[in-house]
Amino acid sequence: MTTITSDIPPPPTGPGRRLAGWLHPRPGIRLGGLLAGPVGWLVVVYLGSLAIMLLNAFWTRDAFSGQTIYVPTLRNFAEILGGPYPSITLRTLVMASAVTITCGLLALPIGYFMARVASPRLRNALVVAVIVPLWASYLIKVYSWRLILAQEGIVNWALAPLGLQGPGFGDIAVWLVFTYIWLPYMILPVYAGFDRIPDSLLEASADLGGKSWTTFRRVVLPLVFPAMVAGSIFTFSLTLGDYIAPATVSTTIFIGNAIFGNFGAGNFPLAAALSLVPLVIVLAYLLIARRLGAFTAL
Amino acid sequence: MTTSRPTRAALTIAAILILGFIYLPIALIFVYAFNAGRTPSWPPVGFTLHWFGEAIANTGLQQAFLTSLAVALGATMIALVLGTLASIAVARYRFFGRDAISLFVIFPIALPGIVTGMALSTTFSQVGIPLGFLTIVVGHATFCIVLVYNNAIARLRRTGGSFEEASADLGADSWTTFRYVTLPNMRSALLAGALLAFALSFDEVIVTIFTAGGVKTLPIWIFQSFRLANQVPVVNVAGLFAILLSVIPVYVATRLTSTSEIAGGRV
Amino acid sequence: MRTPRLMTIAASLALVAAACTTGGGGTPAPSLPTSIGDGEGQLTVLAWPGYVEDGTTSPDVDWVTPFEQETGCQVTVQVFGTSDEAFTLFQTNPEQFDVLSASGDASLRLVAGGFVQPVNVDIIPSYAEIFEDLKNKDYNTVDGVHYGVPHGRGANVLMWRTDLVDPAPISWVEMFDPNSKFAGKFSVYDAPIYIADAAVVLMATKPELGIENPYSLDETQLAAAVDLLKKQKPAVGEYWSDYTKQIDSFTNGNTTIGTTWQVIANVLQAGDTPVDVTLPPEGATGWSDTWMINSKTKNINCAYMFLDHITSAEINIQIAEYFGEAPGNSKSCALAQNPDHCDIYHAAEVDYWTNVWYWTTPVEDCLDGRTDVKCTDFADWVKAWQEVRAG
Repeated sequence: MTTITSDIPPPPTGPGRRLAGWLHPRPGIRLGGLLAGPVGWLVVVYLGSLAIMLLNAFWTRDAFSGQTIYVPTLRNFAEILGGPYPSITLRTLVMASAVTITCGLLALPIGYFMARVASPRLRNALVVAVIVPLWASYLIKVYSWRLILAQEGIVNWALAPLGLQGPGFGDIAVWLVFTYIWLPYMILPVYAGFDRIPDSLLEASADLGGKSWTTFRRVVLPLVFPAMVAGSIFTFSLTLGDYIAPATVSTTIFIGNAIFGNFGAGNFPLAAALSLVPLVIVLAYLLIARRLGAFTAL
Repeated sequence: MTTSRPTRAALTIAAILILGFIYLPIALIFVYAFNAGRTPSWPPVGFTLHWFGEAIANTGLQQAFLTSLAVALGATMIALVLGTLASIAVARYRFFGRDAISLFVIFPIALPGIVTGMALSTTFSQVGIPLGFLTIVVGHATFCIVLVYNNAIARLRRTGGSFEEASADLGADSWTTFRYVTLPNMRSALLAGALLAFALSFDEVIVTIFTAGGVKTLPIWIFQSFRLANQVPVVNVAGLFAILLSVIPVYVATRLTSTSEIAGGRV
Repeated sequence: MRTPRLMTIAASLALVAAACTTGGGGTPAPSLPTSIGDGEGQLTVLAWPGYVEDGTTSPDVDWVTPFEQETGCQVTVQVFGTSDEAFTLFQTNPEQFDVLSASGDASLRLVAGGFVQPVNVDIIPSYAEIFEDLKNKDYNTVDGVHYGVPHGRGANVLMWRTDLVDPAPISWVEMFDPNSKFAGKFSVYDAPIYIADAAVVLMATKPELGIENPYSLDETQLAAAVDLLKKQKPAVGEYWSDYTKQIDSFTNGNTTIGTTWQVIANVLQAGDTPVDVTLPPEGATGWSDTWMINSKTKNINCAYMFLDHITSAEINIQIAEYFGEAPGNSKSCALAQNPDHCDIYHAAEVDYWTNVWYWTTPVEDCLDGRTDVKCTDFADWVKAWQEVRAG
């Protein structure tokens, strides 16, 4: 008979073990302990600050002295339903959708290439290649587009021999910049989505007589769709609230610019009320995304 | 599925074009870091290393860089702890509202930064907490939690609870199981999440502007430098350094985890 | 003409707010210092770009380092693009900045909000040398109490690329014409106060509207100005508030004609971009700036020393020549590098400035003295400007 030795230390008998023993039949308390930190943090820090901000939306501010007038009123909410705000909201939604669709379309070929065509070494290199630009400062990237699209910038310089002109600044520029900045956020989940599809499914489809395109359309695409929705959460919501890119390459006002503009003009309560618009939109989008399986795509 | 030759060729071309699109502005940043002119125009007027010297000597830039490092480390630490706790709860327990947690945790990062920034800034000032380093870290940690959480929960779901059960069967209490079974299992996923959290915190600008008070992180330094004439070339040098520095940690992360995990864990 | 009645309204608002809030406005003004003591070692300054140069823009443009060496007060400078931005910065960070350069459309708001403190001008030697017609003005003195030291004044001017815009423009009207040859390349200042510039154009083109003061607009007059701005919008290439944005727009040819500050033209010319400026005969908006001290500052001595330094004859003229404006210190003209500087900028001509409308916050009590109508106030202007921008 051999003596079995192990290098795992013998069970301690101290208070830690007694506590573990006490907790073992009490999963509710264990769960509570686990969730207390994160949920507590999010509720207090995040929801709490959102609530305080929305509380401010019920007040008004004296335009001259900047002092808050603590008289509850629904005036700000009435204001955001009229004036330029509905059209600003619509404009922003259209832009966010356009950017999301473009990112999705661009991510499909490169994601597929990375997952199924590239060799493993190339695949690793490509993942690194896609992630590294995320480390380049957002501000510097946006600013570089300002230089690229400038009147005497590289795009016009390249198109000049063809007699063409670049889009210059404006809404097209905003669409280009947003697509550029958020593209890696779409490529990565799409790549992961393609990677997860087992070869067996594709072989089965081929066995059943499906040609490449049919297999792609009826087997691959539905399977990668949740991943695309997951990626779209970023492209949509990040476009929705951004004010720096539009201000840098256009004169157009999107909802983020409107919020920031009101804040900058000292009318914080109105800015707070206006922030309900992207808040509601993003919440709705997240709920839809969950329904479409984005969160279980992991 | 073997993709046909023409399809492979088309995909290769598409991939090259898209990568070109992604790297064109990056290449331009590199070029302008060497631009001899003070204001960036195209084509660049000449090449010089002058701005590198200025960037290295610029104490504001050094300070901002170190501040950003410290903020990112702090935020990542907090996000690691909170994200891990939440992921274990959701992956290993069943409870009312479990699905809602995944939604809840992503909210800070999905909501526009300006809304989060304004909310945090007002709250801090109305509660009486002065804006500064701590408030920046709190803000960053809040939206970094999801990045750790997603990577951790993906790993936990993939491996199932059987190892932990086996460990308990062998007489280990919860702490021992966590230390010797769960944590080593999650380690590389946590690292990937931490890396993403660090990158996000390092580059975040909008929420930071609202919660910084007088503290200057690197993005704030860059933002303010764009408003000062003749500082732009130095900013491009800073950008160049940031990109070059990032290659190593990203490469390391991809080696430590499967690439689809690091990619899929983004959401 | 600002009436004492307005100040009472603003003061009572501040008091009401003080009763309801714990921070921000309403703190009793600290008692005036009677002498300048030793420096506290540091000072944070919020300034218009070009006012507080410390060598980072150009190594030989630096009047901060000598101050730091003399007084031991290490200076941190932050620039801003519009008066509204400066005001919001004070509102959200009440203790961060020790001194700031406030234009007329920020100064009274800062006083009303309790963000700045009265200044004892008797202990600031440079104050005695300031031009008389800058002292005791509505925007820097309230009920006889001084709130700062005048810095200087200037006008917003019309700038164009001499190689791209021909013939040279002579009037603001050319920047408001949507059918202009240069449509799509206008460069417009991005702040509600720009409505006054449209009003200045209307004073010349539509005298029947009866606008006497571009900051004193009743609803009809405001509507006319907004209409003009909306017509201008399709032709605007850029709305700027960061001066670097306008600099690189003109360098890159994105905009070729626009409203600007002289300092921008100077930087462009130094960078070999061919531009020229003019002050159109119909007049222009402008600014008259005051150095003010934060009511919550912890560095009061450094603040006073800075105010004295920055408005001293020797430094004031350096700033005036660099920025391109009229200095506030009457003794500084003799020290100018360009002996004609003060003549060019009309520093000593009281009459010249009647045609330059300093940035002022519009208020309900008409600034031009009319009592039969209510004028539009700053909140109305902000709303109008957003309508113009977002349309």
